[in-house]
Amino acid sequence: MTTLPARAATPPRTPARPTAPRRVRLLGRGAAVLVLTVGALVSAVPFYWMVVASTRDNAELFASPPPFLPGGRLLHNLVALQHSIGFGRVLLNSVGVSVVYTVLSSLISAMCGYGLAKFRFRGRGLLLGLVLATMMIPFQVLLVPLFQMMASLGWVDTYQAVILPFLANSFGIFLMRQAFLGFPDELIESARMDGAGDLRIFYRIVLPVVRPQLGALVIFSFMTQWNAFLWPLLMLNTEDKYTAPVALYTLIGQSHVDYAGLILGSFLATLPVMLLFFLFQKQFVSGLLGGAVKG
Amino acid sequence: MAQQTTARKPAAAARAKAAPARARRRTSRTTPWMFAGPAAALFGVFFAYPLLAGLYQSFTADRDGVTTWVGLAQYRRMMHDPVFWTSLRNIALILLVQVPLMIALALVMAYGLNQSWLRFRATYRIACFLPAVTMLVAYSVVFRVLLKTDDGLVDQALTAVGLPSIDWLNSPGWARIALIGSITWRWTGYNAVILLAGLQGIGREQYEAAAIDGAGPATTFLRVVLPQLRPVILFCLVTSTIGTLQLFDENYVLTKGGPGNATMSPVLYLYKVGFEQLDFGYAAAIAWVVVLIIGLISYAQFRFLGKDATR
Repeated sequence: MTTLPARAATPPRTPARPTAPRRVRLLGRGAAVLVLTVGALVSAVPFYWMVVASTRDNAELFASPPPFLPGGRLLHNLVALQHSIGFGRVLLNSVGVSVVYTVLSSLISAMCGYGLAKFRFRGRGLLLGLVLATMMIPFQVLLVPLFQMMASLGWVDTYQAVILPFLANSFGIFLMRQAFLGFPDELIESARMDGAGDLRIFYRIVLPVVRPQLGALVIFSFMTQWNAFLWPLLMLNTEDKYTAPVALYTLIGQSHVDYAGLILGSFLATLPVMLLFFLFQKQFVSGLLGGAVKG
Repeated sequence: MAQQTTARKPAAAARAKAAPARARRRTSRTTPWMFAGPAAALFGVFFAYPLLAGLYQSFTADRDGVTTWVGLAQYRRMMHDPVFWTSLRNIALILLVQVPLMIALALVMAYGLNQSWLRFRATYRIACFLPAVTMLVAYSVVFRVLLKTDDGLVDQALTAVGLPSIDWLNSPGWARIALIGSITWRWTGYNAVILLAGLQGIGREQYEAAAIDGAGPATTFLRVVLPQLRPVILFCLVTSTIGTLQLFDENYVLTKGGPGNATMSPVLYLYKVGFEQLDFGYAAAIAWVVVLIIGLISYAQFRFLGKDATR
């Protein structure tokens, strides 16, 4: 939120069009503001409604007319949520899994991207093809074989089964490869002549230069793992080990759904990701583009 | 350690100067795999192997507990499976209706967000992007409560203005509309932010040149902005198409494919066949057909819509 004034002060990108008649221009602007406002409201109102719902109880929630302002049952709902799914524990699990995944995955992706961008070696084309293929193939295609694999390894209900299949992240590898492609070969050569080892060159010289893309990858990896739902749902079956999305989903299946608690939990679990997006919008957008398109 | 490196330094430098080509080749043989090796190994174990295992599985069936080779029988079965065809028709509808609608909306949104005179630009942008970062469970809960029969919020709003109440998730037609609406809600802002990044790459001198040539807002948009934005639009189109062909999350949490398979998608169907009916061979066959369709359509899009998408 602190970034708002700074953003407002950025110089205008599109100049006013002096040739357009004033009335047409005003009409156009009015239409644009209207469209944007409707779009923003439709997008954001559900979040406001989540705040309202998390401070009410079920009966109030479905009353007619529905409540428009927050109520006073936030603490009550929080205690109920802790009682029903051990929300604190579940959040800690999510943090642990996401942090371990983010660190390992970003490192592996950056290294692979560097290897693909700056070395010519046998099997390079095949590896690059594999990276591109994983981006096209829906993960669900692998579900059954992967599940059977984890079962035969005895890894069901472990965190390595949740994390390992996604550690090599094709999107991240591609993003980092694009970032490294522009790094001058001469710098690497001269560092090598100075006797620096390849790992040292990578960590000390090359990696600091691509910090923006690495930042985008870190944020993106964290968000992906934090929100991961289906695979953890299939892999984890002890309540103590559940991550936040899995634990919250078990609430939906109950005969009497505690909507207020469910919404409070969902909102709190979405909050870190929203915060990350607020703080790192720029990196996130460049990350989304993935270097695939020159804007 | 420090001593060692300083001692080795002159020698290495001399060697590199004497035979730079040989030195480079020497490092190149093992070091690339030091970097690419971990990812390559993970891909091999957790991607290539299950993919090929699935391909083999698609030619087998479970006959009294014994996995038996059945050739193309699973694929033939798919040709006569009405649920599979329904799921294809469903995503064809989404592909033809929802994707163009969403990209058009996103384009309008992005164009508005890019205007210099717009106040509270950052607020608008954040609001539009919020749905894309929402946790799937939260998304599911919100739409369930909004579309709940009788006392859902949308229903209450409809009856409040005198319209008939709609049983959103239990009638085939309305369930499709609800699914299309909820997918659009989730992904329009995401595409708008990507298109916005593309718009910001168009220099102001191009707008000025258009203005000097006497082009109005519509002409500028059609003749200057759209052609420049083509690669980014294509990127959005391709990712949205692949996303639609892989449709799973939204219909899994909203409708579970119902009512009566009206919102079934191929990937949700293969999930059900695999994990609910435990028919692994058939699930694998469906999976491979989905992969082939995605490959063909992506190839066609790149081929016909532009070769300049991945410059």
